[in-house]
Amino acid sequence: MARAEPAAAGSPALGLFPVALIALLAAPVLAGLAGVALPAFGWLPALGGERLSLGAFAALAERPGIARSALLSLWTGLGSALLAFVATVLFVAGFAGTRTFSVLRGLISPLLSLPHAAAAIGLAFLVSPSGWLIRLASPWATGWTRPPDLLVINDPAGTALLLGLAAKEVPFLMLMTLAALGRGGGAATAMVTASLGYGRVTGFLLAVLPRLYPQIRLPIFAVIAYATSTVDMALVLGPTTPPTLAVALVRLAADPDLAVRFEASAAALLQLGVTASALAIWMLGERAAAMLARRAARRGRRDHFDNALAAAGLAGTGLAAAAVGAGLVSLGLWSVAEQWRFPAGLPDSVSLERWSAALPELVATVGTTAALAAASTAIALVLVLGSLEAAERRGSKGLAGAGLIYLPLLVPQVAFLFGLQVLLLAAGVTPGLAPVLLAHLVFVVPYVALSLEDPWQAFDRRYARAAAALGASPARIFWRIRLPLLARPVATAAAVGFAVSVGVYLPTLLAGGGRVVTLTTEAVARAGGSDRRTLAIYALAQTLLPFAGFVAAALLPRLVHRGQRAAGGVR
Amino acid sequence: MSGQPDCLRLEGVRITRGGEVLLGADFAVAPGTATTVMGPSGSGKSTLLAFLAGFLDPAFMAEGRVRLGDDDLTRLPPQARRLGLMFQDDLLFPHLDVAGNLLFALPAAVRGRAARRSAVDAALGEVGLEGFGDRDPATLSGGQRARVALMRTLIARPRALLLDEPFSRLDRSLRGQVRDLVFGVARARRLPVLLVTHDEEDAAAAGGPVVSLRAM
Repeated sequence: MARAEPAAAGSPALGLFPVALIALLAAPVLAGLAGVALPAFGWLPALGGERLSLGAFAALAERPGIARSALLSLWTGLGSALLAFVATVLFVAGFAGTRTFSVLRGLISPLLSLPHAAAAIGLAFLVSPSGWLIRLASPWATGWTRPPDLLVINDPAGTALLLGLAAKEVPFLMLMTLAALGRGGGAATAMVTASLGYGRVTGFLLAVLPRLYPQIRLPIFAVIAYATSTVDMALVLGPTTPPTLAVALVRLAADPDLAVRFEASAAALLQLGVTASALAIWMLGERAAAMLARRAARRGRRDHFDNALAAAGLAGTGLAAAAVGAGLVSLGLWSVAEQWRFPAGLPDSVSLERWSAALPELVATVGTTAALAAASTAIALVLVLGSLEAAERRGSKGLAGAGLIYLPLLVPQVAFLFGLQVLLLAAGVTPGLAPVLLAHLVFVVPYVALSLEDPWQAFDRRYARAAAALGASPARIFWRIRLPLLARPVATAAAVGFAVSVGVYLPTLLAGGGRVVTLTTEAVARAGGSDRRTLAIYALAQTLLPFAGFVAAALLPRLVHRGQRAAGGVR
Repeated sequence: MSGQPDCLRLEGVRITRGGEVLLGADFAVAPGTATTVMGPSGSGKSTLLAFLAGFLDPAFMAEGRVRLGDDDLTRLPPQARRLGLMFQDDLLFPHLDVAGNLLFALPAAVRGRAARRSAVDAALGEVGLEGFGDRDPATLSGGQRARVALMRTLIARPRALLLDEPFSRLDRSLRGQVRDLVFGVARARRLPVLLVTHDEEDAAAAGGPVVSLRAM
């Protein structure tokens, strides 16, 4: 009955997978950082910089608004992370296990698959002076018959960016919190605190959160790193004069005068400093909060405005979901609006003309985007599964170098990607699809690894032992037992990887040198323009592609396990 | 807060799931006595306890009342019922020291750092753990942890105790000792105790009536 097994899984080559994985995670980040550190101090022989100096920093300091840019990045990044964290925690504290909870929980996956750029564009469509919200309230409530002269988005203080980032990060933090809650005995502890007379929220904050927090700490750090250095969301929602530091950096990097590269490198190091400061401030906050919580726990007060706090959590998370959702709906409306006079709540007439006009170019862009996403996801899956299987056969728990998984997520993208671009240029590599694929992998691999690790560890090893006792080889166990039983989490991880690749902006922009056009780069590029309808079409396409991936991930395992009820039930 | 000990009454309790009757219970537990609910796994023992404590999963439907003295607990939220709950696991909070665990449970009505601390020290003394306040729960033995968990439950001044197989994780040698301590303290404080178990020895040690749940 022996069937041919693919050879790779049984060969010693399996040991190469973890090495490749670690190299892929660490090498681009470290090389990229070197690629900005050296030019920042004046050393870049390709551009004639052969002496170390602080000139680039001096020049950067002379730039008007650079200090304000740095402060804006710090403020919007930290503020959005704090807001998203507080809303998430209060909501989970107040509603875990209730019906409201399961309703909102169902929204997490679709919201999570939504690319940052599409979310930002949708929000801009919703709240801009001529946006849907003001139209719905005009003229009956506001009295406006023309778009008001208000700076709602792109406000100089970065408020729109801060709120937009917070709304987009809530689903991610929620997912991480729920995963951590599922791992530890949160429910039992909640019963103890309630039986001791504690309200839901106070009990959660004082007894459950202290143990939960260490598990969601790295995801929070990743959120802070992203939020302090985002480019795509800041381009759409952020302030313009001056912009946030990351946007200022991208502008410097695109300067036709190559000498400005030295300054851009210095700005990249400054960005690194801003993100590091944000993390340091957060850690100080952690200490203070932990001390306050320990003190409060010793006082024995049972209720700290529990109802108000729970309501705030519900309002925060509900508002985030509603805003992002309504933004998507307004994208849909604009994409088919033929004529839409200002105060009207709905388009005067609709047509699919814009869609058909945009179609030829759209199809090509979807093709490039999907091909990049599929390729990077496939490579990431092979690498991660191979590394997990290699660890399994060595008998070790978890991935080797698991700590490195977060590295590309904790270092600001813009800092090391720019350095990588400088290195590629210096090495004479032409920007194009191959470097873009590599740059996507740097971000796809960590997310695929993060979503596969838990289910892989939770897999009941007795199945594998039972198969081994029946004489099955390790390769056969992997292909015939483990992989089919983990079909569902593998499909989910693939959908996550696909969505990450579709959504990334900077890797495509910097590694592609402007020659590789994806839905995301196109949508962000068009966000600055005046053609709302075509922009809406691209933002929608950017939303639908990863969503289709999640739908496929939900359906495929059912086909694989047709007719077997229990199989595929491994999470 | 009444000074009088109260009787815990289950009146016409019936728990159903999807129209199917899971269990019925109709009995009273007098102050200072322990009633044992026995039944094989799957008979709904823990479901009954969850209902009493206010944690019944929404998948279940329950009718009937739970009374404590003159109060009807049935519609109260869990945190207002003041029922002391103990599980198989001691569930001591690992991020707080032993005193922190007890201070968390001590009612806020006891004010002032010194007064709170001396109440906690007295409670520890009651179970032979003088001077253990600053210890990390992780450094305690199983028997010590069980005693801290008991005092954490009692220091909150519950009006009744609900025990969900609380001795099943303890070593044989410790079991009897902890069991006697729990029932002794409950008797001394005139608390009604409802014990859920599948262990005959536990039921015998409880000394009170035994209610059997059949899987229905």
